Amino acid sequence: MSVTVESDRTLLADVARIAAEVAAPAADAVDHEARFPIEAITALREAHALSAAVPEELGGGGATLEAVARSCFELGRSCSAAAMVFAMHQIQVITIARHLDGAPWFESYLRRLAAEQRLVASVTSEIGTGGDMARSIAAVTEEEHDVRSFEKKAPTVSYGAHADDLFTTVRRNGDAEPGDQVLVLSTAGQAELEPTGVWNTLGMRGTCSPGFVVRARFAPEQILAAPFSTVMNQSLVPVSHILWSHVWLGIATEAFERARAFVRSSARQRPGEPLPAAHRLSNVMAELTLLRSEVAQGLQDFTSEDEESGRERLLTMASILRFNNLKLAASEHTPRVCEGALEVIGILGYRNDGPYSVGRHLRDALSARLMVANERIHTTDAALLLIAKEA
Amino acid sequence: MSDELHGEIRRVVAEHARLSVDVDTLADDSDLFAAGMTSHASVNLMLALEDAFDLEFPDRMLTRGVFDSVNAIAAAIGELNGLAPSSNGHQP
Repeated sequence: MSVTVESDRTLLADVARIAAEVAAPAADAVDHEARFPIEAITALREAHALSAAVPEELGGGGATLEAVARSCFELGRSCSAAAMVFAMHQIQVITIARHLDGAPWFESYLRRLAAEQRLVASVTSEIGTGGDMARSIAAVTEEEHDVRSFEKKAPTVSYGAHADDLFTTVRRNGDAEPGDQVLVLSTAGQAELEPTGVWNTLGMRGTCSPGFVVRARFAPEQILAAPFSTVMNQSLVPVSHILWSHVWLGIATEAFERARAFVRSSARQRPGEPLPAAHRLSNVMAELTLLRSEVAQGLQDFTSEDEESGRERLLTMASILRFNNLKLAASEHTPRVCEGALEVIGILGYRNDGPYSVGRHLRDALSARLMVANERIHTTDAALLLIAKEA
Repeated sequence: MSDELHGEIRRVVAEHARLSVDVDTLADDSDLFAAGMTSHASVNLMLALEDAFDLEFPDRMLTRGVFDSVNAIAAAIGELNGLAPSSNGHQP
């Protein structure tokens, strides 16, 4: 990727420094203790990286999607949890910035986000919808003239307890169909989160994503006006799949680099001897190359579809299939690379300590197929395939 | 746009869109998704429309907006049959 914009260069330099000096040293403790990666997020706040994607005229960094994606990749190499928190926050910010349509409340919100480096979490999944983001049970209720409210039972809210503000999908009103949704941005003090469990998982432990009952009271102008299906297909879903897959590519790349370091070290100890691990490493590299190509192409396709035809093409079924396929491919290849790295390294990779440990990477990578379950995406794609002509 | 075309569209919608209300209670410009059509049902509706009208919707027309009302569907079919010069299939 070539970086030509000054704001992008600043972001990438800051993120590279934070990834190496702050996120990486804390990654094992974040994983072990299943705690929020507070030092990395604090450092990103101090570097004003939380508003990197806010347009410059609203006080943000005005960074491109490419630079934000690259940042997710860099952080993913150091600490999956910090990277995923950063990615999910950016998805919300980018979605708001792309669909605020000049709404004064949302413009002033983004200014405030930039000034105060506020962290936004999303509340999209809901108990009872079977993991389908396109349906809601919870609905906006009219309390009084200028007050609206909702109550939503969410099975997971990533970093819910650590976020300042929440971006939540709910039905437009109590009479609306499950698919007739809106997005509500509630700020700190307007929402109450009642935890319904603890987050003790195989991987991605530092994202701290337990279930919550979320109750919020807010003003009508905090409901994003743009049609939800447009927001979902033009931004929320493709940008999620792009940024997630960059995080996953970062995880896979780090596992591969650890395997490469192991093989080099072995080669130095026994110069001239045949090295079966090097052969296996070559296989892993082929897998990583495929992953890297798909992730890069996904970003490039989005950028070109976004620029052409005023985002119209992003609404087509062919485009929905395309960015679903990015998620499917990246989430399936990432754990394969990590597993391959483990086989190259052997017992030193299986250990939870030492420079060649890749257990954390493999465990984190296994979440990729489950966060929006691939089975659900395949079901959607299977239906779209019946009618789409070219994808 | 002929009444015959709208009638045939309504017949296909009634059979395949799985609305939560009777299609006869909806206006030609009523939003079918707001009337309970799911994304999955919309795909079946598109397939049924292709079959009923013996045509193929090209990828550029396969968006939610092109199938979100009886009028929008009529415009899309009209465009494919060279009847209406709409560029994107949406009703004005």
